[in-house]
Amino acid sequence: MRVLPAGSTALLVELDGLDEVLGLYAALVAEPVDGVVDVVPAARTVLLVTDPAVTTPAAVEQAVRRTTPRSGRRGGGELVELPVVYDGADLGDVAGHLGVEPGDVVRRHTGTEWTVAFCGFAPGFGYLTPDGEPWQVPRRDSPRTKVPPGSVALAGEFSGVYPRESPGGWQLIGRTEVAVFDVARDPAALLRPGVRVRFVDAT
Amino acid sequence: MTGRAASQDSVTRTLTVVATGPLTTVQDGGRPGQGAMGVGRSGACDRAAARLANRLVGNDPDAAVLEVTLGGLVLRAGADLVLATTGARCSVAHNAPVPLRADRELRLGLPPSGLRTYVAVRGGITVEPVLGSRSTDLLSGLGPPVLAPGDVLPVGEPTAPMPGVDLAPVPDPPGGELTVRVLPGPRADWFPSRATAAFTATAWEVTGESNRIGLRLAGAALERSRTGELASEGMVRGALQVPPSGQPVLFLADAPVTGGYPVIGYVADADVDRCGQLRPGQTLRFRGALS
Repeated sequence: MRVLPAGSTALLVELDGLDEVLGLYAALVAEPVDGVVDVVPAARTVLLVTDPAVTTPAAVEQAVRRTTPRSGRRGGGELVELPVVYDGADLGDVAGHLGVEPGDVVRRHTGTEWTVAFCGFAPGFGYLTPDGEPWQVPRRDSPRTKVPPGSVALAGEFSGVYPRESPGGWQLIGRTEVAVFDVARDPAALLRPGVRVRFVDAT
Repeated sequence: MTGRAASQDSVTRTLTVVATGPLTTVQDGGRPGQGAMGVGRSGACDRAAARLANRLVGNDPDAAVLEVTLGGLVLRAGADLVLATTGARCSVAHNAPVPLRADRELRLGLPPSGLRTYVAVRGGITVEPVLGSRSTDLLSGLGPPVLAPGDVLPVGEPTAPMPGVDLAPVPDPPGGELTVRVLPGPRADWFPSRATAAFTATAWEVTGESNRIGLRLAGAALERSRTGELASEGMVRGALQVPPSGQPVLFLADAPVTGGYPVIGYVADADVDRCGQLRPGQTLRFRGALS
């Protein structure tokens, strides 16, 4: 664990990888540190934002160093099932890249459980990482200016669901009608860090 | 009769937007604590000014106010209201509570210095909150839409007595050059010492591409000592991020939750408010060490 400075109100904890991030994030949610108002996991880091009226980054650093990360990132979180129609425009390209048939991509995508590692890019956009064999899918050479909401996509080691129409460079393999972000719902984001996801073929 | 009069009064507690100037949004204390969902904090760019405006009219410090960019706002009162303006001074009684009678207008001129004027109304602006806040986040699109002429803004009932203050003696945002304190960022070690030295030696110009998300600065091009990609990581307002161009961006209220370029430094949080008052063409200097 490396603790890096992030100004007068925050600190950035750098870890070895996603599993360590999920373990520390789970521990910090289960046992919140006094005066910490936000905990933001990412691919290799956890940002802790403090309330300067209550604590200091130095005091929070001491508390984080005493925190025991949760072991085993899987299994703890709520499980969400997402029905997906696998008719994405890039399904054939993804299959070609992986050297398999499109049906194999669907079987592999639905055959494993995924965990939301972190959110970013847009409200409610979760970066999902698989339980099984890791994926490695290149981004599209040229990003789309408009990706429809509900698009289920792959890029790098992650899968994700676009919460709303936006530009995007991920490979589109399908679509879901489930709203992954809805400000009228509490919590608004369906795919929050730690939530487990199973995609179900609804083609 | 009293009850009826009160209810009539309450339905007319509104402010009608007659003109907005270049940009007027509703802002409050923002949406802290939702970063893990990818939701940024947002809220007033100059938090201290927004809180002062609220205190002057007896509101909760984080009640919703209007954030007016470069003046030009015209409001018409639907009932007898009390308002206060803070931040950039706009040719009306400033840093002081002012009554605005029903059907009368508040007109904000162009401020001689500073960028953002805050208009608080006693009772607060009570548009519908989104995820616990009435702030418009121009990056994520959350919150109420940007104000447009013809909008009718609901105004709440007062919740606390008036503070008994005629005038808050605070200085106006300065024109010209501003110097703020800087602290090391998480990736200061991605830059050679000549870049960190250039960072604090440079008078950075605030460019016209600046907005509520951040100030785009122009000056010395900061070179990196490390190449390669950085995995996106969390950040908050005050972050000084250096994209491949070497020209830093100082993030303000609508900063993204995560960013993929190295953050060389952070402006001390108390000084970020002052940066939110900088206009294009003004210069910004940083005082402090980055390592």
